[in-house]
Amino acid sequence: MKARLLNTALPAALLGILGLSWEASVHFFEIPSYILPGPWEIVQVMWQRMDLLAAHGVVTLIEIGLGFLVALVVGLSLAVLIHASRIIERSFLPLIISSQTIPVFAIAPLLILWFGYGIGSKVVMTAIIVFFPIVINTVEGLKAADPDTLALLQILEASPGQVFFKVRVPQSLPFVFSGIKIGVAVSVIGAVIGEWVGAREGLGYLMIHANAQLQVDLVFASIFWLSILGMGLYGIVVVVERLLVPWRHGGSNK
Amino acid sequence: MPFSHAGKTVFYMKQHGDDSLIQVEDLSKAFSRGSDTLQVLQQISLSAEPGELIAIIGPSGCGKSTFFNILAGLISPDGGSISLNSKKVPHLRGRMAYMQQKDLLLPWRSTLDNAILGMEIQGEGKRLAREQARDLLKTFGLEGFGDRYPQELSGGMRQRVALMRTILCKKDILLLDEPFGALDAITRSIMQKWLLKVWGQFEPSILLVTHDVDEALILADRIYVMTSRPASIKGSLQMELQRPRKITETEMVNCKEYLLELLEEELTVPEP
Repeated sequence: MKARLLNTALPAALLGILGLSWEASVHFFEIPSYILPGPWEIVQVMWQRMDLLAAHGVVTLIEIGLGFLVALVVGLSLAVLIHASRIIERSFLPLIISSQTIPVFAIAPLLILWFGYGIGSKVVMTAIIVFFPIVINTVEGLKAADPDTLALLQILEASPGQVFFKVRVPQSLPFVFSGIKIGVAVSVIGAVIGEWVGAREGLGYLMIHANAQLQVDLVFASIFWLSILGMGLYGIVVVVERLLVPWRHGGSNK
Repeated sequence: MPFSHAGKTVFYMKQHGDDSLIQVEDLSKAFSRGSDTLQVLQQISLSAEPGELIAIIGPSGCGKSTFFNILAGLISPDGGSISLNSKKVPHLRGRMAYMQQKDLLLPWRSTLDNAILGMEIQGEGKRLAREQARDLLKTFGLEGFGDRYPQELSGGMRQRVALMRTILCKKDILLLDEPFGALDAITRSIMQKWLLKVWGQFEPSILLVTHDVDEALILADRIYVMTSRPASIKGSLQMELQRPRKITETEMVNCKEYLLELLEEELTVPEP
């Protein structure tokens, strides 16, 4: 219990100290707010421009959410196919891995060209970024089944489907969730890049727009919101993981 | 006489009629790695009657597990035959349940759900299977732990869950491969009592591999001694003592001496 309290208290205290020094420096060095606003000013802007930020935030959230879902469906199905067939594994896996050397930034303009200024290009962008850790981790997880357990299932005369659903799938869940956690943490990047390159709404669009007008406080307010979105999504994944993988957390199966 | 042997290293073969359930004859197996061939089993022959508890002891690494893996159909033998009720079969799968030293409990399944794994795979409904398993929790000393995950249980409890899963496969032949080998001495002796209790209740035929001579003496109707690799049957011992047996009884001590003598001849470790 004490350790848990410290786990929250320590980073919170550090954040407080950083915020205070930021605030103090801004005043002490008399930095104009169009260069670097203090955190208090940013919080005020977040409150005053709540409607604007929320409207753009929802767009970004939808982009991330849809992109994430696409990545999850495609990623999991592809991982299952890769696991099921050596030929698919040999042909797809090297390409999937080397595709990661292409910076998403570089193809962002193309995606805008192909999928338009609207939500589509951002969804694709997010999906491309999130998809990779999910595929790789799920393939790892499906392979991770203990050979002795598989032999036990064989002796029990289990069908391939039973082996898959009763052993391989549950065995892979912790792996899948580490993939999803990495994916969620970077998912915000995909949506924001998409919005930078070409969009009419979304927090990334708002940032670019505010930056051009030297509304640096609004830029920071957007960044804060993006970070809150990212943490919120991560938190949701952690909760879902606790529900779906309860045996990892010492809970009883009541 | 608690045992029937005529001499020291003779092959003792009780003549079995049609009443033998399992008859293994001249089972051989070699593994090849590159150009090397490793003969692991050399003409193993043994038999078991229905409801009999057979123990197989031998030096470690002699190929006992290979023997069981052949019976379980996980690997195929090079030669020899396995008969079930006088009918030749490729392996015993479908008629037997297998329990190993590792409990192999699935960490995402509760005690109950681990216990019913075999039933579930054989197509029994989950709810019905759980009900049957729940009734057995007490028999296996797991009352109140039905909903716990394996990682919340002690080593002895986990092994009892594995035993329960093995029993609930509802097969008349159990292969137990050093089932209590990973447990401490006290827990092991308690588990042996559990096994006898469960054996008395469900009356399966049991083939038990162990390297623990005491365990074989306490549990078995008949003990086979294996040679070191390549393994064959060096001798066997019929145990007619009443249970529960104490390892300190004179006749048990005699039996133990005889078995140890057989085993010591197989040891490759030089004398001190």
